[in-house]
Amino acid sequence: MLANHPRLRMVGRRLAQIVPVIVLATFIVFGLLKLVPGDVAATLAGEYATDERVAQIRVAYGLDQPFLVQYWHWLWNAAHLDLSRSFMSNEPVLDQILHRFPTTLLLVFCALLISLSVGVPLGILAATRVGSRVDVAVTSIASFGVALPSFWLAMILVATFSLSLGWFPATGAVRWSVDPRLAVWYAVLPAVALAAGGMAEVVRQLRSALIEVLASQYVRTLYAKGLSPTAILWKHGLKNVAVTLLTVIGLLTSRLLGGAVVIEAVFAIPGMGSMVVRAAIVKDFPVVQGVVFAMVILVIAINMVIDVLYTLVDPRVALK
Amino acid sequence: MNPDETLLAVDGLGITFVNGNTRVEATSDIGFAIAPGERVGIVGESGCGKTITGLSLLGLLPPATTIVAGTAMFEGENLIGLPMSRMRHVRGRKISMIFQEPMSALDPVFTIGQQIGETIRTHFSATKAEARERAVAALESVGIPSPERVHDSYPHQLSGGMRQRAMIAIALVCEPRLLIADEPTTALDVTIQAQIIDLLLAQSARSGTALLFITHDLGVVAETCTRMLTMYAGEIVEDAPVDSALVRPRHPYTSGLLRSLPRLSARGAVLPSIAGRVPDLRDMPRGCRFAERCGHRRAECAQAQVLEEADGHRVRCWRQSELVLPGALTEREAAA
Repeated sequence: MLANHPRLRMVGRRLAQIVPVIVLATFIVFGLLKLVPGDVAATLAGEYATDERVAQIRVAYGLDQPFLVQYWHWLWNAAHLDLSRSFMSNEPVLDQILHRFPTTLLLVFCALLISLSVGVPLGILAATRVGSRVDVAVTSIASFGVALPSFWLAMILVATFSLSLGWFPATGAVRWSVDPRLAVWYAVLPAVALAAGGMAEVVRQLRSALIEVLASQYVRTLYAKGLSPTAILWKHGLKNVAVTLLTVIGLLTSRLLGGAVVIEAVFAIPGMGSMVVRAAIVKDFPVVQGVVFAMVILVIAINMVIDVLYTLVDPRVALK
Repeated sequence: MNPDETLLAVDGLGITFVNGNTRVEATSDIGFAIAPGERVGIVGESGCGKTITGLSLLGLLPPATTIVAGTAMFEGENLIGLPMSRMRHVRGRKISMIFQEPMSALDPVFTIGQQIGETIRTHFSATKAEARERAVAALESVGIPSPERVHDSYPHQLSGGMRQRAMIAIALVCEPRLLIADEPTTALDVTIQAQIIDLLLAQSARSGTALLFITHDLGVVAETCTRMLTMYAGEIVEDAPVDSALVRPRHPYTSGLLRSLPRLSARGAVLPSIAGRVPDLRDMPRGCRFAERCGHRRAECAQAQVLEEADGHRVRCWRQSELVLPGALTEREAAA
C-alpha cells in the first residue's frame, strides 16, 4: 500500500533523476580541475624529485591514465562510498568530509534560521503597511542587505562584537558533538554575517508575494464574507505565500552553502568551505571532488524535500 | 417610500478616487432604494461606476485611495463609514456579494467546504461537524450534484459553472437580506449563464433575499429584475420598473442602450449604436453628462439637473416629459 502512495512515488521518481545530475556536476568539476595549469605529480613529489620519482607518483595516483578513465574510476568508487584519499594528508576524503560537515551544517542552519526569523516578520510588516514609513524602512534595509558583501559585514561584526565588546569569539568553531552551547555561541557571528543577504532576500520576496495576495480578488471575497483582517492575513495570506516562502528557502539554502565557503575562510572555521578552498589551492583533487559531490547531494536532497512540501501547501501542484 | 418597506436606502452616494493631490469624482449623487425581496438591476457600460457602487455598500473600496460620501441606510445603520467591527457583522451575514470571476474570487489553497465553513463559523457558533453539515446542505441547495465531493474539492478542480454555484452557496449560506451580484454570469458560457440566473431567482424567492444585480447585460436584467437603474458616467440617469423601461424608456441613454441590443428579428439591419464617447471623469460637463452624445440635446441641457419623478420613472433629463423614445420592445411585442 505504502509503495503506491503518490507522494512516495514522486520521491522515487526524483531519486531516479538525481543520478544524471550528480554525474554531470562531478564530471564538470573533474574536467575543470584537469584544466588547472601545473603538474600535480610534480608538486606531490617535491621540489628536488627526479623525473623517475615524478613518473612513479604519477602512476601511483593513476594520473597517467586517460581523463575519462580517471573520471570513471572516481565515479565507480564514489558509487561505493569510497571518495579516495587526499593527496596531501592521505586521509580518506569521506572521513574528512564527515568530520567537517556538521560544522558547516550548523553554520548554514543558524544562518537560515536567522534569515527566516528576521525576514518573515519584516516582510509581513512591510506588506501590510505598503507605502508607510515602516515599509520604506524595511525595504531600504532589505536593499542594503542584498548589496552588502558578507565578508565585509563579517569583519565589521568581528571588530564590534568580539574585539571591542568581547561578546563573541572572533574566530574558530566548536564541534556540536563536543559542546552544543559553545558550538552555537561560536556560530553566531559567522551565521549573522552569512544571513544578512538571505534575510534581505526573504523580506523582498515575501513582501511582494504577500502584497499580491492581499490585493487579490479572493481576499476581497474573504472581506465580503465578514472575516476579520487577522484571520485573512494569518490563515489565508500566509498559506497562499507559503509556496513562495518554500521556493525562497530552497534557493537560500543553496546560496548559504556557497556563501559558507567565504565566511568559513574569514572566521577560520574548520568546515567544508575552508577545506575545499585549501584543497583547491594545493590541487588536492580528490578533496575538491569529494566536497563538490557532497554539496550536490545535499542541494538535491533539499530541493526534493521542498518539492514534497509544495504538494502539502498547494493543492494545485499535482503529484505527477 | 414607506420606511418599513425599505431594506436599503441609498442617498447622495458619491465615490471619489484620491491619488496624491488629484481627486477624481467617479460617482456622484447616487440614490435608490431596495425593498425586502426586491430584485434591482444596475446597468451601464464599463466604467460608469456600477461595480464601485456595489463595493462601497460593503465598505470594500480601499480606504487609502477612496472617499465615499452620502448615506446607505440598512436596518437602521448607515453602511457608509460604518466601523470595521460593525461592518463585519453585516458582510456575509446581512449583505453578501458575489463576483464576476469565480476562479479568482475563491481562495485557491482552501477547499470549497473550508471556505463555506469559515463563513458559517464567522457569523454563528457552530462546531466543525455542524458547519460541515450546513455547508453540504448549502452546496446541495445551489444544485451541485455531488455536494459531499465538491465540499472537499479545491476551486481548480471544479468547472466555471460549479465554481460560481459554490460562490453563490458561500454568499447565501447565512441567508442574507441582500445579495449584491456583480456580473455573476459574464465569465460563464451562455447555457451556464441561464442556469445561474435561474438559481439566483429561485434562491431569492425561497429565502426572500433581495438582489442587486450589477451588469452590463440588459438581457439578464430583463429576465431577473423588477426594477432597473441605468447609470451613465457616474450618475443614475433613470430608475424605472423593468417592464416599463423596456417598452418606453424616458432617458435617451437608456433608449440607446436598449436599441443597441442585438435582435433576432432584425437580421440584416444595421445594429444601432450610441455615437461618441463617455466624458472623461476628470473633465465632466456641468450639465447633462450624456448631452454630447444625445440626439435630443437642447440649450437647457448645459445646466445641471436632478432625478425627477414621473409615471413611476425617476429620470435625469430636461426633456423627459416631451420625448417619446423607443425601447427594446414595442407595446405590441410586450403585450404578446
